[in-house]
Amino acid sequence: MRPEREPHAAPVLSVDNLALRFKGAPANIIDGISFDVRPGETLCIVGESGCGKSVTALSLMGLLPRSVAQVMSGRAMFGDRDLLTLSQRTMADLRGNTISMIFQEPMTSLNPSYRIGDQIAEVVLRHRNVTGADARRRARDMLERVRIPAAASRLNDYPHELSGGMRQRVMIAMALANDPAVLIADEPTTALDVTIQAQIIDLIEELQKETGTALIMITHDLGVVAEIADRVCVMYAGHIVEDGPVETIFDDPQHPYTIGLMSSVPSVGPRSGRLATIAGMVPAIDDMPTGCRFTPRCPFAQENCALSPPVLDQHGPSHRAACHYAPLETVFAETGS
Amino acid sequence: MSALTSAAEPADETVRPENRAWKKLKANRSARFGLVIVAFFIIIAMAAPILPIDDPLATSWSAVRQAPSAAHWLGTDEIGRDILSRMIWGAQASLLAGVVSVLIAVMVGVPFGLISGYFGGWTDQAISRVTDALLATPFLILAIALAAFLGPSLSNAMIAIGLSAVPIFVRLTRGQVLAVKTEDFVEGARAVGLTHAAIMSRYILPNVLAPILVQATLTVATAIIAEASLSFLGLGQQAPAPSWGSMLNVAKNFMTQAPWMAWWPGAAIFLVVLGFNLLGDGLRDALDPRET
Repeated sequence: MRPEREPHAAPVLSVDNLALRFKGAPANIIDGISFDVRPGETLCIVGESGCGKSVTALSLMGLLPRSVAQVMSGRAMFGDRDLLTLSQRTMADLRGNTISMIFQEPMTSLNPSYRIGDQIAEVVLRHRNVTGADARRRARDMLERVRIPAAASRLNDYPHELSGGMRQRVMIAMALANDPAVLIADEPTTALDVTIQAQIIDLIEELQKETGTALIMITHDLGVVAEIADRVCVMYAGHIVEDGPVETIFDDPQHPYTIGLMSSVPSVGPRSGRLATIAGMVPAIDDMPTGCRFTPRCPFAQENCALSPPVLDQHGPSHRAACHYAPLETVFAETGS
Repeated sequence: MSALTSAAEPADETVRPENRAWKKLKANRSARFGLVIVAFFIIIAMAAPILPIDDPLATSWSAVRQAPSAAHWLGTDEIGRDILSRMIWGAQASLLAGVVSVLIAVMVGVPFGLISGYFGGWTDQAISRVTDALLATPFLILAIALAAFLGPSLSNAMIAIGLSAVPIFVRLTRGQVLAVKTEDFVEGARAVGLTHAAIMSRYILPNVLAPILVQATLTVATAIIAEASLSFLGLGQQAPAPSWGSMLNVAKNFMTQAPWMAWWPGAAIFLVVLGFNLLGDGLRDALDPRET
């Protein structure tokens, strides 16, 4: 675990009470999302598929058409600007420049009819007033920084000549080419095989240390979280159910969903019985419980859980959880159930 | 092209996709045959000014409607002009009409298709409905109407044929764009802040070119037939300049007395069209990513 860095530095990105709704949907796809990231800090957003992690990221990047995904409330302050209200043109000027994103699928995220050097150089040319030669030099530097051997000759390769891990390195090079203040990585290792995954995670971590960029890592791999996170946001069905420093989330999870996630991670060594799972599925968007959205799957659910939605309550220094009965140990010890 | 290099194909370390397509084209016998025919006609059309042939416009009242002979290999026409010479100069008109009109169709149709497919919404609706209306009119009828409207001449015939072929390319391009624009790399291009124009020209267009190339080759054959038809009807190449279509038009009056006047232009149209079709089919197979 890493010591929390610069805890008092001003957040570079501050999301406050963000709610989005897809046009015609009966409920918000994400609701009440709040988090801060500081320079050099790594925030991991975890949760299972469909919990709204990627929607959150895409909305911050301005990559969801506003006609389809309507902002219902909230702000996303980047410096003194609210990303949610910027024009498409201004957003496009920020994307790839001060906010970058790495996607899940390196195999298909590069233009197949374009040399990779040109693709990286194009991003530099788009946002910086430099010559083509400078942009290509920057592209070569970036390939070296993402540890691609023989960078100068690789510049002339087409994507199909590179392996998946190499392509993800190229994507990282593109994302960092303009020294962004915030880097969003949306499950950057999901499509890679395990040995490559570790290399890519290490690479991202090293580059983040070198550049001091704030990193928002979206993942469902708790191993990755344990390795690189400073802070963790646990999302479930469009809500943040718990957030806090990574040690606290792993050592003292408060929300039943987080507890369930932690106990469903396989560990090295012998295990008795089956691996723990969380029963059931994430409810569909048109079938959201009115109270706590985890109620149908929660082993500790009580009557009022289904009636009123819990709020994110403070449970320690910068540790919050949204459960009526947190901390569970004390509540259930007292009631005896 | 996009799928050629996509994840489904294991990355071949040495062979570029273009090379692989060229290899496949060369291995295809009928495509090779088509290429030879097309090349043959292109070469003689371009060499027309330097070939030792008679003036295609020179009349000779002493040699009217002569059968093929040593002096006139393909015979002479109704006012004694050498048919071989007229065939060769006519090849220029036909090929030029075929290629230029397809270029017009591609240059107008592809941008509209790109815009229509990329932006969607009412832009797409407007472009697509006009395209549908044009496609509902038979190709040749539309070309004849436009040529008649513009006035009879070879260049107007090219414009008419080109415009009539525009909707084919709008629709083809739009469909391809719809498929390519959902690819991750287009989202990636947006995520690095590229403009719509940059994404369309450098991320989408190169990845939809293969089917457009195939369609363009096949459309050249159609355009050559259309040019011959317009010239046959007097709407294309104007007398006395030679064109296969107008030669056929005159020849029909002498079918019994001088059938060779009809043979050669008819055979030439047949061969060129066959050539472009075989070449187009070969290209389609060669560029098809699903075949190995």
